[in-house]
Amino acid sequence: MMNNPLYQKNIISIADLSRNELELILQTAHSLKQSPQPELLKNKVIASCFFEASTRTRLSFETAVQRLGGSVIGFDSGGNTSLAQKGETLADSVKVISSYADAFFMRHPQEGAARLATEFSQIPVINGGDGSNQHPTQTLLDLFTIYETQDTIDNLNIAFVGDLKYGRTVHSLAQALSLFNCNFYFIAPDALAMPDYILEELDNKNISYSLHQSIEEVVDSLDILYMTRVQKERFDETEYQHMKSAFLLDAQILNNVRANLKILHPLPRVDEIHKNVDSTPYAYYFQQAENGVYARQALLALLLTNQFQTKL
Amino acid sequence: MQMLQKKLQVEAIQHGSVIDHIPAQQGVKILNFFKFTQTNEKVTIGLNLRTHNGKEKDLIKVENTFISDAQANQLALFAPNATINQIKDFKVVKKFQVQLPDSFIDVFSCPNSNCITHNEPVATRFYVRKGLHLKLKCHYCEKSFSRSFFKELD
Repeated sequence: MMNNPLYQKNIISIADLSRNELELILQTAHSLKQSPQPELLKNKVIASCFFEASTRTRLSFETAVQRLGGSVIGFDSGGNTSLAQKGETLADSVKVISSYADAFFMRHPQEGAARLATEFSQIPVINGGDGSNQHPTQTLLDLFTIYETQDTIDNLNIAFVGDLKYGRTVHSLAQALSLFNCNFYFIAPDALAMPDYILEELDNKNISYSLHQSIEEVVDSLDILYMTRVQKERFDETEYQHMKSAFLLDAQILNNVRANLKILHPLPRVDEIHKNVDSTPYAYYFQQAENGVYARQALLALLLTNQFQTKL
Repeated sequence: MQMLQKKLQVEAIQHGSVIDHIPAQQGVKILNFFKFTQTNEKVTIGLNLRTHNGKEKDLIKVENTFISDAQANQLALFAPNATINQIKDFKVVKKFQVQLPDSFIDVFSCPNSNCITHNEPVATRFYVRKGLHLKLKCHYCEKSFSRSFFKELD
């Protein structure tokens, strides 16, 4: 039987994945969510190395491993380990750890760390976040959630709200979605607008997008509303108070939305989604977080086994 | 040879390399780039020289130094239309135009101070995005930079 195209591959950047590979990951996540396979990774040891702490991602990833029957080794917050204290290079740490395990999941505060790790690792590397650069497993769970709730990723109306300038997750998701045929709505204060290099990439792919000053303007046309937080520290107090309401979500503007609308957020949410939204049928951010387990399971299944093939 | 047909603005050299058709204002960058200010060989420099079509150019001649094709292509970042003449016994024995390479490996350090390459045993790698706004993209941190971020060899 032929290997699936992701077998033993590294997952470092969303830009490395083709549309077919993305679809394979989503189908596999769907399959594992419907039909769990608690022995798929029996006898596999997976390294979970957080050189920078992130409890949410770590818990999600480690659950993914354990629910497939694998075991986890690793650490949370590399600052406490002798790796950091004795001044070992990342290259050396990766060489050693990769000799113990079957796959290597890592988060690191510096950009390029995961890419570097692939040069010194004898096992597949999965990037759990490298500084301000990539966080591909977040994008995969976002895509899976969109696919799960809309039955498709093509021809959707998707709004991105909040901090579009510094938001790693929105850049990555917009890039991944540009492989499909969606319409984007960017809703952000001018100072936090989607950067030009992303808009150029979208122009080059003939993806349509529009810029807006409030959620209310477009909410009735949306299939997906992806919320992110505007950090008030980035603005002076009066400026922030004046504009924030346009970018905060309250249930009262949801009276005429589409029945299939789903509201997503990478979490943690602070005040940008009011609690009154949680009980509407549109809130889906906690289910989205749960999907992190299935998206990460899908990656592990494809990288380490040959049981899942393209179904097209 | 073209160089000896008219009065030279910069003295001829016996053996070495001539980097010609450097855009005005880039000559000093190229001197620093190749560390020609640190060599013991004779270096002659012409800045803001008038060319036959009225524009200005910079020019560098270095004795007993031969610039390889790979080095020449690196300087294409600053001088896309530069030509290299290799001189032996006052004669041009080889002349070629620089061509911007597709990537720069182990040449520059990454302008992103948070890029992992700064403290790790890897060669830096930048992919060239040609076009109206030339950019170099770091293979590791994936950030893109315009050429003004790159001043000299690492």
